Amino acid sequence: MTEKILINARIIDPSQKMDEKGSVIIDSNGKIKLIGKDVKKSDASSSAEVFDLKDSILIPGIVDMKAFVGEPGYEYKENFRTLSQAALAGGVTSIVTMPNTKPIIDNVSMVDFIIRRGRDKALVNLYPCATLTRELEGKQMTEFGLLSAKGIIAFTDVIRTVQNTETMARIMDYASDIGVLIMQHVEDYELSKNGCINDGEVSTRLGLEGISYIAEKIIIERDLSLLNEFPCRYHINQISSRESLESIKRNKENGTNFTVGVSINNLSLNENDIGDFKTFLKLSPPLRLEDDRLALVQGIKSGLIDVIVSNHTPEDEEGKRLPFAQAATGAIGIETLLPLALEMYHNESLSLQKIIETLTINPAKILKINKGSLKKGSDADICIFDLDAPWVVKGDVLKSKSKNTAIEERKLQGKILMTFLNGDLVFESA
Amino acid sequence: MAVQKNTSAIRGQPKHLLGIQNLSIQEAKKILEEAKSFISLNRSASKKLDVLRGKTQINLFFEPSTRTQSSFDLAGKRLGADVMTMNVGNSALKKGETLIDTAMTLNAMHPDIIVIRHQDSGAPNLLSQKVNCAVVNAGDGRREHPTQALLDALTIINRKKKIEGLKIAICGDILHSRVARSNIYLMNMLGAEVNVIAPKTLMPRSIERLGVKSFTDMKKGLDGCDIVMMLRLQNERMQGSFLPSKREYYEFYGLTPEKLKFASKDALIMHPGPMNRGVEIDTKLADDINVSLVKEQVELGVAVRMACLKLYCK
Repeated sequence: MTEKILINARIIDPSQKMDEKGSVIIDSNGKIKLIGKDVKKSDASSSAEVFDLKDSILIPGIVDMKAFVGEPGYEYKENFRTLSQAALAGGVTSIVTMPNTKPIIDNVSMVDFIIRRGRDKALVNLYPCATLTRELEGKQMTEFGLLSAKGIIAFTDVIRTVQNTETMARIMDYASDIGVLIMQHVEDYELSKNGCINDGEVSTRLGLEGISYIAEKIIIERDLSLLNEFPCRYHINQISSRESLESIKRNKENGTNFTVGVSINNLSLNENDIGDFKTFLKLSPPLRLEDDRLALVQGIKSGLIDVIVSNHTPEDEEGKRLPFAQAATGAIGIETLLPLALEMYHNESLSLQKIIETLTINPAKILKINKGSLKKGSDADICIFDLDAPWVVKGDVLKSKSKNTAIEERKLQGKILMTFLNGDLVFESA
Repeated sequence: MAVQKNTSAIRGQPKHLLGIQNLSIQEAKKILEEAKSFISLNRSASKKLDVLRGKTQINLFFEPSTRTQSSFDLAGKRLGADVMTMNVGNSALKKGETLIDTAMTLNAMHPDIIVIRHQDSGAPNLLSQKVNCAVVNAGDGRREHPTQALLDALTIINRKKKIEGLKIAICGDILHSRVARSNIYLMNMLGAEVNVIAPKTLMPRSIERLGVKSFTDMKKGLDGCDIVMMLRLQNERMQGSFLPSKREYYEFYGLTPEKLKFASKDALIMHPGPMNRGVEIDTKLADDINVSLVKEQVELGVAVRMACLKLYCK
């Protein structure tokens, strides 16, 4: 690999508190050699390839903590190649993949398979999760020690929650000793039973069963109480309501150590967007009130929420072309994650630094991986985007194999221009 | 979002009756006007017209129903349509065929109108996006039952001459009731004041946003009401611990002559049927022809459905 120099960039790297005009030199091993305003063209070797970024923004490649690959078992929804293409087109270079595949990733042999398969087919950095409990049943914990030794980054039952308090207590107790990361979906099934959207005016009008915010809050309260007893690495996958944020605030102030994520969907849509039974907006956790959405944005601003995830959930047309209650849950979103997040900058809700922090260094820190930063010597995973370029989301042209975007026809501002992975240019917009 | 309307705009998109929410006041009044003309026809010796001769009506019932299904059946036949009724029990849907597939199959047979009842809210909306004929909702999940509300309105107009200015109470299991929702929209639209009465566990969230006052105290909710609509309390609600017992429900929410005294003195009682006597309504009261409109509702139901079929079957 020849050296590369990226000049005339506005570099934003929250890991170094950097926001300045400057250049980046990528060495022949695909690592960051030099970065910042003081880097001169003459610092690169004379043979270096030059990229003039013309004042575009340059950030560390995005780390998405929650995406579903589809392999194995659901290749018709998504595979490693299509997911990689969608990710790179969205500036995402590292993905934490979900284990609710078929078969489920809950044992060592599956991990070998998924890592080999990912290495051969994927074009991004993959960090596979295993399930928290066998068969996602919420009963028997998986082999945390053996699985993490094989390369599992975290343990999650994805969109299922361990309901039994005793089981959860033991999981936390055991995990605290080994030091593995637990990522919990927070939902009390008894309270959310049959529910498919927020419990409120829209559910009343549409005649759909609702899911109250209490279903989320009660598990948060339970888990955080347990966490005080069994301090382990604990992350709440996604929250959706103002009430949950209140619990989180109180617990963080009391010194409980944990982290929190939110889906980009819950930051940019509310229950009214469901309109006349749009099944692409059937999501878990559900979209809630505008007041909840505003609270979540504030939660990012105040630092109560640590990361934004795409919660990329590809579903084919068959799964969505059903009456709402029967339709599959989830939306794709990895390709639109950053542009949609930039809405919160353009409407003056959040600073660019804050948005990028939640997409890069924060998830990397939680996962304890050497990503999300462009410090000297780091892997040159880079996303370059035009902050202002307007475009309209069309599911048909998104690269994901499934087209279930929750933001069809949305007008966005901010477009990914180039993505580098380990120093290689792997995506360039047409 | 998952389904796009096809090019039928060019061919003339048929209008559907999906719910009162999608109806304009003019459309609602037109249906009621049209229905009035069928009341006397239905009482006469010769009940058959040929308005819909040559038209095909399919009744697609995914949920068991006696009165609504027979009412639509009779309505279509009296207008001269060829009526076919499909019950899900003996169709391919039991073999895993989706609603959309069934819709496409039926659509290929060129029906002029499909009447659908489905246990899932929004199923008629989905169906309407996939077929070229008109779709009439005969009840979907807990969302809407528009023809029930229209027949209730016709029954009230028939007795009270108008709806505007009336005070109407809807009492019972509001949470699970599509009849309640459609009636709330329609009675509000036609200028009535609507009170809903239910124990808290059977009251939907944010119901006031639909333009009603909500009460847990039946006596207060009935105060000054001209019409008292009782809803059926389904037995399975007892199992989900919505309520402690039938006995307690009857004590606080069963309509008895004593409770009826809190309503206006010439108040009339309605019920969409089938009734649970002794659970939501006192059995003598239900049969009292001076106050109960239950039989009239069933009768006028046919007239309303004839009007809907005629207006939407084009």
